[in-house]
Amino acid sequence: MAKVKGDIIVDIERCKGCEVCIDACPTHTIAMSEDVNGKGYHYMQNVHDACTGCTNCAIVCPDGVITVYRVKI
Amino acid sequence: MAETLTKQDIIKDENIVYKKTGLMTDKVLSYCPGCGHGTTHRLVMEVIDELGAQANTIGIAPVGCSVLAYEFMDIDMQEAAHGRAPALATAIKRLMPDKLVFTYQGDGDLAAIGTGETIHAANRGENITIIFVNNGIYGMTGGQMAPTTLPGMKSSTSPYGRDIKTMGYPLKITELIARLPGTYFVTRQAVHTPANVRKAKKAIRKAFDLQKQNKGLTFVEIVSNCNSGWKMTPVKANQWMVDNMFPFYPLGDIKVDGELVK
Ligand SMILES: Cc1ncc(C[n+]2csc(CCOP(=O)(O)OP(=O)(O)O)c2C)c(N)n1
Ligand code: SF4
Ligand code: SF4
Repeated sequence: MAKVKGDIIVDIERCKGCEVCIDACPTHTIAMSEDVNGKGYHYMQNVHDACTGCTNCAIVCPDGVITVYRVKI
Repeated sequence: MAETLTKQDIIKDENIVYKKTGLMTDKVLSYCPGCGHGTTHRLVMEVIDELGAQANTIGIAPVGCSVLAYEFMDIDMQEAAHGRAPALATAIKRLMPDKLVFTYQGDGDLAAIGTGETIHAANRGENITIIFVNNGIYGMTGGQMAPTTLPGMKSSTSPYGRDIKTMGYPLKITELIARLPGTYFVTRQAVHTPANVRKAKKAIRKAFDLQKQNKGLTFVEIVSNCNSGWKMTPVKANQWMVDNMFPFYPLGDIKVDGELVK
């Protein structure tokens, strides 16, 4: 069905752990980490392989820490 | 075929569909986690980037949490005294009419100490764009009540909630300035969901396009959160904004092509 496959790179050290991106993801691909970054924030990470590269998480991230990739398959 | 696709096949420069615009500097934003200021900054810079106007735009930073906007926006910027951004923008635009000129202001800046500058710049029909981030509070100084604070809303100077009898009514300054003949496009948007971000960006793009056509003052309000001032988590603050701010400050266009639509 899916004709695209996506992935994201999160700049973990700049993530402030606000969680605004989590609900924005339609495929529930992302979640907050158990670990914390250098500033003490839990950071967002990819937990499933369901990313479609829709860019939703990246455009709502106030700190602009997400880069999104997409390929046609 | 899908099975053979590895992470390395996807994570390649040619497959990038979204990355932070180069018009945002690499400095870590001074905003609290989840604050709408960051998203709003980025949308303005994405629009300037798409217009190819990095070298041709002058922004005016306010006093408030976004006082350091000039550290984050990689364009020419000028800092204004509290509330005076529209006056400064007026001077800059009149001296350099070929530049795109915008102010970026909070509600304390624009609708309290700067009310006079805002209204007169709008009424004169200055050919500038105003980006107005309304979080209903003075964020930077510790969450004091602003003219935009909702009835009943708690702040550090209205700890029992804003009492209309003694503290007056919230000021819908965006509706007010839409009624002035000098304004051409007035809209209210938000940046808490992907759909809202896309709409807000279109509105900001439209405002700058109209400025290029010398149509008069264009005004984009972003209803935003102040999770520190409101004392909520970012996600809860966004929900509180939807439940409480949007009924009082409804989203959508207020004036289009010089005509009131609401
Ligand atoms: C002349 C003057 N008066 C008062 C202040 C104190 N002050 C700094 S920021 C601010 C209000 C900022 O609120 P707002 O514009 O809503 O921006 P926010 O921080 O919420 O983004 C005030 C009153 C000042 N810096 N200068
Ligand atoms: S929206 Fe951005 S800063 Fe907030 S948790 Fe997600 S990646 Fe981190
Ligand atoms: S105090 Fe409020 S407006 Fe200021 S950065 Fe924090 S959340 Fe944003």
